[in-house]
Amino acid sequence: MTGTLSVFRREFAGYFATPLAYIFIIVFLFVAGIFTFYVGSFFPRGQADLTPFFTYLPWLFLFLLPAIGMRLWAEERRAGTIELLLTLPISIAGAVIGKFLAAWAFAIVALALTFPLWITVARLGQPDHGVILASYVGAALMAGGYLAIAGCLSAVTRNQVIAFVVGVVICFLFTVAGSPLVLNFFTGWAPPSLVSIVAATSIITHFNAITLGVIDLRDVIYFVSLIAAWLAATVIVVDLKKAD
Amino acid sequence: MTAMIEIRDLVKRFDDFTAVAGISLQVAKGEVLGFLGPNGAGKSTTMKMVTGFLDPTSGSIAVGGKDITRDPLAAKRLIGYLPEGAPAYPDMTPASLFAFVGSARGLDRATLKQRIAAVVAETHIGSVLEQPIETLSKGYKRRVGLAQAILHDPPILVLDEPTDGLDPNQKHEVRELIRRMKKNKAIVISTHILEEVEAICDRAIIVARGRVVAEGRPEGKAGGWRFGNVLAEPGRLDQAFRNITLGAAA
Repeated sequence: MTGTLSVFRREFAGYFATPLAYIFIIVFLFVAGIFTFYVGSFFPRGQADLTPFFTYLPWLFLFLLPAIGMRLWAEERRAGTIELLLTLPISIAGAVIGKFLAAWAFAIVALALTFPLWITVARLGQPDHGVILASYVGAALMAGGYLAIAGCLSAVTRNQVIAFVVGVVICFLFTVAGSPLVLNFFTGWAPPSLVSIVAATSIITHFNAITLGVIDLRDVIYFVSLIAAWLAATVIVVDLKKAD
Repeated sequence: MTAMIEIRDLVKRFDDFTAVAGISLQVAKGEVLGFLGPNGAGKSTTMKMVTGFLDPTSGSIAVGGKDITRDPLAAKRLIGYLPEGAPAYPDMTPASLFAFVGSARGLDRATLKQRIAAVVAETHIGSVLEQPIETLSKGYKRRVGLAQAILHDPPILVLDEPTDGLDPNQKHEVRELIRRMKKNKAIVISTHILEEVEAICDRAIIVARGRVVAEGRPEGKAGGWRFGNVLAEPGRLDQAFRNITLGAAA
């Protein structure tokens, strides 16, 4: 993976070179707060846990992470810097992984900044810290999945708005793949094995399993495979579309 | 003289459009090759293939003995490249761009520091080193692009319109820089500016519609150029260029 570290450092520093990172973090924390305390009825529930926060997190990520992922490759192609990048002695896979890891690290920073929520529940009662920690790990894995999808779609077009909208749609489909909304589309004509495969690709099912407090190897393998598959697709798309 | 760049029967097709239709050429160390031709002749496409950005449809390219498709990373290490339009990350400063390019090219910290100082002095961009590239004038952007191309002191330089957008004094400085560097390098420049060919090139190739239509060298002490049986008087290269390219199109 020649060049991964160089690309990672450039990209990660790039988030903080513009107001983008700060705006994203502020919006994320603000909306996460609204979901947790108002929509999720944090106080009326009277329970010292972060269930309200983690319940709405996939829906928050669904819109916010494609906004981070949309610029990864679309911006390079629009500005023509992709020609500079890919004529350096770095491999396309190295560049794809470096960019993805930078976006992921940034998302994890934003996620980590929700720590006051954890402190709040710890002061109000006696939460199960193991469950909260597992949920954070699950949330980080889920963020990686969304970013891998959004990054791939950003390589398909040089238009960031299109990359964002298509990114949200595909992320949405992966989020709700286990719900009747998607499964009803397949049941009736598709063999049951296909239906269960579709159901198994649901991000929210695997994330919810982790938020119960058990990091099952199957869920981890799911997220790692999801990320790897979309990154592999990104390498192919970047190679095919770099000159367009 | 050993050939640092060796191109054989290079072809590039995009769907049903043939951008490069069989170009062969060599560039030796110590030589500056001018790559001329009308817009759309295939100059930039050829340069994009030589630098490993585009894959050829057929044909082969070896730079410094390394095949660009079979051993792309080794070949790319030997090349410094200024792409058409000198693209650079708009949010970055020249200093951070050089740090990134240097790290991707595997320069260690001490070498990088020393090379940045050298290229900044050679391209006269010291005053804008900490300004975002998007705020720079066209002339500075071009020189920042040139500086990143020579940062690792490569044996091969591929420069797509290196003096485009520069004022006459800056053009003169860049030409002086290319002349100073050419002793140890094989340099290819594409240009529309024919006086540039007379000023710095040792040899020139004219391409039209994806083919080499003429190859020329300086002839005589006065500074004339000969392209096959066309002899251009000093300062009259434009006339020869028109005759050759329009003749090829007919």
